[in-house]
Amino acid sequence: MTWLRDHFGEVLSLTVQHIYLAGVPLILGLLIALPLGWLARRYRGLYPVLIIGTGLLYTIPSLALFIMLPVLLGTHVLDRTNVLIAMTIYTVALLVRTVADGLGAVPDAVNQSATAMGYKRGRRFVSVELPLAVPVISAGLRVAAVSNVSIVSVAALIGVQQLGSLFTDGFSRAFVEPILVGVVACVLLALLFDGVILGVTFLATPWLRAGKASG
Amino acid sequence: MINNIFAWLTDGAHWQGYDGIPRRLLEHLAYSFTALLIAALIAIPLGLYIGHTGRGRFLVVNAVGAARAIPSLGLLFLAFFWLGPRLSGDIAFLAPAGLVLVVLAIPPILSGAYAGVEGVDPDARDAAKGMGMRGSQVLRHVEFPCALPLIMSGVRSGMLQVIATATIAAVLGLGGLGRFLIDGLATQDFSQTASGAILVAVLALVVDLALALVQRSVVSRGLTGRYRPVETFNPDAGATPSAPALQQNA
Amino acid sequence: MKRTRIALAVTAAATLFGVAACGSGSGDPLATGGSASKASSGSIVVGSANFPESALLAEIYAGALSAKGVKVDKKLNIGSRETYIPALKDGSIDLIPEYTGVLDQYFNKNAKATTADAVYAELKAAVPATMTVLNKSAAEDKDAVVVTQQTAAKFGLKSIADLGPQAKNLTLGGPPEWKTRPTGVPGLKKVYNLDFKTFRPLDAGGPLSVQALKNGQVDAVNLFTTDPSIADNGFVILDDPKSLFAAQNVVPLITKSKVTPTISATLDAISAKLDTATLGQLVKEVVVDKKDAAVVAKEFLAKNGLG
Repeated sequence: MTWLRDHFGEVLSLTVQHIYLAGVPLILGLLIALPLGWLARRYRGLYPVLIIGTGLLYTIPSLALFIMLPVLLGTHVLDRTNVLIAMTIYTVALLVRTVADGLGAVPDAVNQSATAMGYKRGRRFVSVELPLAVPVISAGLRVAAVSNVSIVSVAALIGVQQLGSLFTDGFSRAFVEPILVGVVACVLLALLFDGVILGVTFLATPWLRAGKASG
Repeated sequence: MINNIFAWLTDGAHWQGYDGIPRRLLEHLAYSFTALLIAALIAIPLGLYIGHTGRGRFLVVNAVGAARAIPSLGLLFLAFFWLGPRLSGDIAFLAPAGLVLVVLAIPPILSGAYAGVEGVDPDARDAAKGMGMRGSQVLRHVEFPCALPLIMSGVRSGMLQVIATATIAAVLGLGGLGRFLIDGLATQDFSQTASGAILVAVLALVVDLALALVQRSVVSRGLTGRYRPVETFNPDAGATPSAPALQQNA
Repeated sequence: MKRTRIALAVTAAATLFGVAACGSGSGDPLATGGSASKASSGSIVVGSANFPESALLAEIYAGALSAKGVKVDKKLNIGSRETYIPALKDGSIDLIPEYTGVLDQYFNKNAKATTADAVYAELKAAVPATMTVLNKSAAEDKDAVVVTQQTAAKFGLKSIADLGPQAKNLTLGGPPEWKTRPTGVPGLKKVYNLDFKTFRPLDAGGPLSVQALKNGQVDAVNLFTTDPSIADNGFVILDDPKSLFAAQNVVPLITKSKVTPTISATLDAISAKLDTATLGQLVKEVVVDKKDAAVVAKEFLAKNGLG
């Protein structure tokens, strides 16, 4: 793998770009999906509307969204913001349903006891419902993370620099090594994201571990 | 903008000929269905086997997780350079695209299959064994039907991903709805690109609806709970019930 | 206790993204950055189209400019001309290597000139007010319609005009933008009266086009005259007697407001040193020998005292 050795710095900086373009939308998407998911739970009628709406968003091919956003938003053609916004849309589309289902999986008894203990709605959401929904939400977040890493690479077709650029450059020169390195890097990156999310979930749900420890 | 897109979609010229919407739609469906079929033929038996015997589960689950992470565009190019020189004619371009779509569709179907079999009610399995069924018979007559909801869910999920990703076949010069995206990008004809995206979304919805209907007809009503007892057998009534005891919910 | 743990975990994740965000702040990890020792004389963003020769030329421009102390940012492999001209217009890029003939036809719907000087003069007049072209180079890379040796022998093809009677049974391949470009399908119809059976969108003279021609999926394909695979595969370039593909001299297209004496002198010097043979050789090193465009550019500049 001499090519990798000679271009390690370049691959690393492309990876950093990729982390930024795939990771920031994960956080933004989660922050947007949380209130939306809560709304879907709170107002029964909204659930099917939101689910179908977000499902529709997810079927829009990524390339189309990357191409259309500069036209729709008036951003510059090569602005990376286009990719960020597109990826956030996809993340939200994936996560709204997960958040709604996660919040729905919290047993009613728990909600009622919290209310009985004097928790107001807002505090109950933050201190009781959300933490209990973390396992389900984190599962959805892992799927979104893996999906994002793969979709971001398509942005190479509109000239945005990230690991996908290794694909297009290698293809135009009939050079297989950069493509192979890019594919492996993407897979490793997805696994890294997966690991980080798992780690954060592990740390954020001590009660799941406590049960096992005490037996 | 919306006007331009509407104008593009309703332009008669775009509905005929080599480049027309109907032909591209059919090509897209052909690529997607072929890939899904091949993926199902691989993933369903494999998933059933893993769920039934419990062997190889760890390996397969992790392999599936890693496979989901493979970027489609990169795999497409790799497959092109690997298969392209070895094949001639159209297949030199179809095979790489097909490979990518199959690899994309296998994980959801595979997970659906083994999760479905694993989730089968142990009582049902037990009853089957009690009736004298052997392992393979249990699989065929009890576990597979009971796993169908999750298998179908996996198939639908896979189909959705395949239809959305089949657009990258156009990067290799193939047809399909991706053609509108790529050509629109190259000529900066955004009405074409947007129309292509809309067509893909509509196609995905329609196919999902069709698969939902298939699911409804194929999955046993006992599982979905879609039945309403019309008459129960009353030994004191003296007569046998005239209507079947179970009737499908209209 | 629980709160600090969550805070710790979130901080760890946030650090990861923070590092990524900081590292990606420059917008292009492949930017060389100007040489800090010399006084900075302006900054410029160099773009390129999505084929290796364009990226190579962009690297040559970028390398020479940063050697002269200009701060350079690179945005390579953007896409087709239809994609990057808007980027030039909205300021996302400032400079891009171009070809006189096709650029002239892009800006001027009534382009008529075919010889090198005439095309250049027509181009200079046709360029929008906010842009300008600097000196042209002797190096030329033209579009060509290429067939396999068997096809040429079978139909007795020497020039594009010879395709006339056969065209309705043949498939033409080219980049997707050829479907609407004046040098593409419409041009072949207008100038040579060719109506092909079908047009297959492929790529900009890349491996797809070469493969499609080899595999027989297209009978004629658009390749660039400096493409090493033409010679490698024994392909035949059809003559263009009516000059549909007019003179195509390499020329820098630049936003007028970005032109400084240093920049124009540097780029003119490059144009003077480039010729078709050299360009062909450099492209071969990038495409066939798989050397980095940046490396090949640097060697060229060093050899010619420009870097």
